[in-house]
Order: sequence, then structure tokens, then C-alpha cells
Amino acid sequence: MKIRDDGLVIYDEKSQRMADEMVMAEARHMAQRRRDGDDCACKDGMFPRASASRRGFLFAAGSAAGLAGSTAALAQKAPPGAVYYDVPADPTKQLGRPVAGDGGYGSRSQFETEVRVRFPTPNEYTSWSLTPLDKMVGNLTASGLHFERHHGGIPTIDPANHVLIVHGMVDTPKKFSMADLKRFPAVTRKHFIECSGNGLTEWNKPTQKTVQGTHGLLSTSEWTGVQFATIAREVGLKDGSTWVLAEGSDAAVMTRSIPMEKMLKDALLVYGQNGEAIRPEQGYPLRLLLPGYEGNTHIKWLRRLEVSDKPFMTREETSKYTDLMADGIARQFTMEMEAKSVITFPSGDMKLPGPGFYNITGLAWSGRGRVQSVDVCVDGGQNWRPAQLNVTPEPVCTVRFSYPWMWDGKPAILQSRCTDETGYIQPTLKQLIAIRGSHGPFGSIYHLNAIQSWAVDEMGDVTNVHA
Amino acid sequence: MFTPKRFLQAAALVVVVAAASTASAQSQDHYGFGTPIGPQDLSKYFAIPADGAGLPPGSGTAAEGAKVFADNCAACHGDKGQGNPAKGIGGDRLLGGRGTLASDAPIKTVESYWPYATTLFDYVKRAMPLSAPGSLPDNDVYAVVAYLLSEAKIIKPTDAMNASTLPKVTMPDRDGFVPDPRPELELYH
Repeated sequence: MKIRDDGLVIYDEKSQRMADEMVMAEARHMAQRRRDGDDCACKDGMFPRASASRRGFLFAAGSAAGLAGSTAALAQKAPPGAVYYDVPADPTKQLGRPVAGDGGYGSRSQFETEVRVRFPTPNEYTSWSLTPLDKMVGNLTASGLHFERHHGGIPTIDPANHVLIVHGMVDTPKKFSMADLKRFPAVTRKHFIECSGNGLTEWNKPTQKTVQGTHGLLSTSEWTGVQFATIAREVGLKDGSTWVLAEGSDAAVMTRSIPMEKMLKDALLVYGQNGEAIRPEQGYPLRLLLPGYEGNTHIKWLRRLEVSDKPFMTREETSKYTDLMADGIARQFTMEMEAKSVITFPSGDMKLPGPGFYNITGLAWSGRGRVQSVDVCVDGGQNWRPAQLNVTPEPVCTVRFSYPWMWDGKPAILQSRCTDETGYIQPTLKQLIAIRGSHGPFGSIYHLNAIQSWAVDEMGDVTNVHA
Repeated sequence: MFTPKRFLQAAALVVVVAAASTASAQSQDHYGFGTPIGPQDLSKYFAIPADGAGLPPGSGTAAEGAKVFADNCAACHGDKGQGNPAKGIGGDRLLGGRGTLASDAPIKTVESYWPYATTLFDYVKRAMPLSAPGSLPDNDVYAVVAYLLSEAKIIKPTDAMNASTLPKVTMPDRDGFVPDPRPELELYH
């Protein structure tokens, strides 16, 4: 075990650059939000929709409600995924828009501005973007805000030409069209997906300012598709089959080896997400869904499953998604995402307007099953009290929790702690580092599931801290 | 009113419906969807495990690979495999780093960290170069693999890499990996 006295590590050049660039990217994103008027009263954090200046910002140029400025110019100001419409002074005194005038597919309100933010890897084709957890409500992630991680860009695939091949140690190798796959009985289940790199900047010191930066590689959807078990019977598994290679149809031709035990336990071949086809960024038209496994294994644009009696030792499962411990030995096939939670309100870069009541809320999840309970602590780890679970825990699905808090105006440290149904309790960062070593962003960077701490100062400013 | 007679009629209807649904909704474990395929349908696919199964014909040497590398790889990975962090590029460092894995600043490269040479062949053939994935002929893939392994002093400069020699290469960090020990017992003290 090597833990340096000063608690810090020497960043190698690449790691230092990545960390620095992520900090700068987040700063740029926040500056943009502020330019757009998102600072203001919404830095209250709590009532962003009540912020008059925010409501006005998008259309400041045409603030006379469409009287000034061309619609074309204003349309460019609509946030991604939204369409600009003139805002009447009184919507009860003017006919609204016609039914299905949007062409039959709706868009979000022009007043909703949250977006994914890309991690500033030098190359935008092999990169990732983070879900704005601080702006999200409820338990599911909007499909358009589901985090992304691509290794060779997002392919465009015509489902009419897409085929899944299942072969290897099977009795009857087969290919399945999307139409074939949709004829099988399907299941619909809610599951989170978390990238094992979620929080990789946070091991040594608090780096990101917002919960989008610290925890945004987490998203939850309702998924629909065929159980692998159904397909397995269709092709017939041979004796001795113990692993399955899954391969994507993107430029990375992404491959991972998955234990057969997992494939037959709960693996799904999904084509549906939140009531419609899965998004291109999520693997359209077909994705492997492995509840609780690290995100990289959920192969997107799934085109091939090869049944084998051994893992294939692909690049991702040897040199990339492995956990290098302080002793120089790496853990391999570290698949499960362990119990974790985070407070999303109040969270980093928010500001509480003053002492009084706040409904602390956040998300908890575990790759090993249901969330059993969540505790919240407002005094930096002294007294843990049970939070309320706002939804019924489902297997390997996030749970929205809340905790009523009367802030007395004094500095406070807010933390949450998840216990899953196995009895595993979310550890502290100190505990994890004591086990895995403090050996930097090029060492054990994955699977950070430590308790997150947010500090609230006397002014109500909320910051990311290690406590 | 729900008279006994109507009740009997209703009950009879329930029985009929139940019988009908039992007859129509037969539970199945095989559906017969999908189309059987043969070897010809699989020719474009590959995944090379550590024993080298599925390695294609062909061969290459470090000398040949030096040119392949310069033409196809150096722009992103540096002329000596040192990596290129420039914006829009971001190619990984490929060489060096031996002996650093247990240090405070580990350097993970093909040379220092990749446990199998077969993985390098698989990955280059599969996904490199980034802007033209899967474009290198098998001989070029063997050659550039030989070049990198030779530069890393894992093989001799004269060693040709092919389906028979590549799986026999022992990478420096071959024994550097252990199965996932989690849940970590230390968390149950």
C-alpha cells in the first residue's frame, strides 16, 4: 500500500492534462450558463423555473414577445431539442398552436436548457458526455440526456439492414433481423447504466464543481427487449460454454467478453428505451443490456454474439477497463458497479438563498440488486439518518431519495450513503484508497463509489469537498 | 339485478373464455425465428483470443512494420509511439513505461501493460487507424505489430509475426492481472 503523506499523487503528463482540461471545460460550460442568465436567482439552485431573468434570457433580443427581431434569428436561440415559439403576454387571450403542428413528434420546452457536457478528451470521436443530474427530476433519465461513451463516434444504422449473428459453441448458428428479434416475447425493465469511469477525476482531490461533472456518467431508462436466454435456446448452447463475446457495429467494432452466468441471469438484447426505439447514441437499433455491469460491457449497435469457453482478452478488458492497484497488479473483469448514491440537490455550484427548509434529494443505486436504504448526514459524517425512498426500489435501478432539512445557516457538510439488498454499505473515499492505494488517475481510476460530500458555507454556497 | 340465472350465464362465459385462452396461448420455449447460417456468413468476423485461434494467414516483420507505422499510425501515436495529445488527435502512448506500474505515476502502454500480443493484432485489425478502421491488410497488421513488439524489445527485430509466432509472444505484464476480488473484504471489518 502506498499512500503518500501529503495525500496527493504525482500526475503523469497525460493525466494532469485530462484533469486540467475537464476543469476548464466545466468552467466554460458554467460561464456559458451564466452568460445565458442561468446564474442569477437560479444560483439559488432550488427554484430555477421561478427565475425571471432565466426565462427571459433566451429571447432577450426579442423580449417584446416577437415584436422585434426575426423568428429565424430567434429560432437559433432555442436550446438543443427545443423549438422556438413567440411567447404571448397572456396565453389565455390567444389561440395556441395547432394539434400535431410539430409534425407529430414533440420537443421539449424552449425554456428547458439542460444539456449533456462532453468530457474534453482531445478527440471528439472517442469521448464521453455527462448527464446533468443536478437538473433532473424523478428517477428516469430523459433519453436525450442519457450519458454517452463512444470509442469511434456514433454510427448511422438502417435497422432494415441490421443483423445479429449468434454463433460459436452453439448447435445452430443463426442470424436474426430486427424483425426476427421483435417477434420474440419481450421484457420491459428499468435499469441504470453507469460508466465505471464515473468520477475518475475525484480520487485525489475534489476536481469537478457540479454533480454533472462528478457523477454524470449515470443514467436510468426503461429498457425493452429479448432475454438472451430466449435466444440461447433458439441456437442451442453447447456443453462447456462459459463466455460470450459481444461485438458492436461501430467504427471501434467494440468487443467485450461476458460470463455465460451473467448472460443467462439477466442479459437483455434491447431495442426499446423509455417507450420508443433506443437512441442512436445508445446503440440503435440493438444494444446489449447487462444490469449492474460497468457501462462499457453494454455493447451498443450489437451485431454479433460469439459463444466460447474462454474470454477473448479484448483491448477493453485487458488494457483499458482494468483496475491497476498500487502494487502494480491489475484487477480484471471488474464488472459490477457497487452500491453508490449522491445528493443532487443541493449540490455543487448551487446557492441556498438563506436559512430555512430544504428538501434534500438525490439518487442511490447498486449493481448487485435493489437499494435497501439510504442514509443522509448533514454534519460531515457524525449522525446518519434514514432518507425517504421516493420510489419502490427495483433490481439494479436508481432510487430517488429525499430528506427534509432545516438549515440553520451554519456551515454544513451534506452526504448520502446507500445500503443495497446484499447488506453492502457504500464506503468512504478513505476506505477505498486504503484498499486500492492512492495511485492516481492512471492507476485505479475506475469504480469510484465513495460517499460524496457537498459543503454548504454560511453564504449558502455549495461546493464539492472531500470530507 | 344479478339473478342466479344471470350468474350462471356469466360463469359459463368465464369458463368458455378461459378454455379458449388456454387453447390459444400455448407456452413455448422455441420459436423458430432467425435464419441458420454457415461459415460463409461468418467470414468477415473475427475476435482473436490469447491462443491465437482465428488468426488469419499472412506475416510481417518489424522492418516492414516501420513503414506501415509511419504511414498510418505515427500521426496520432507519435513517430516513436510516444503518443500525441494534440487537440483533435489524442493518440495513446504505445511504448515505454516498463517498471512503472507499481509506482506513483504508472505509465500504461502496449509495452508495459497489455498482457497479450494477440490483443494488439485484434485491435489494430479491428479499429485502427481511427479515421479508417479495418483498412489495413493482414500482412500490414502483422508487420506493424512486429514493429511495436520489436521497438519494445519484446521480440527480436528479425522475428516475423504470423498466426503461429504471435500467440507465443510473452508480454512483459502477462501475469499482472487478477480476477475481481470484490466485494472487498476490508469493507466488512
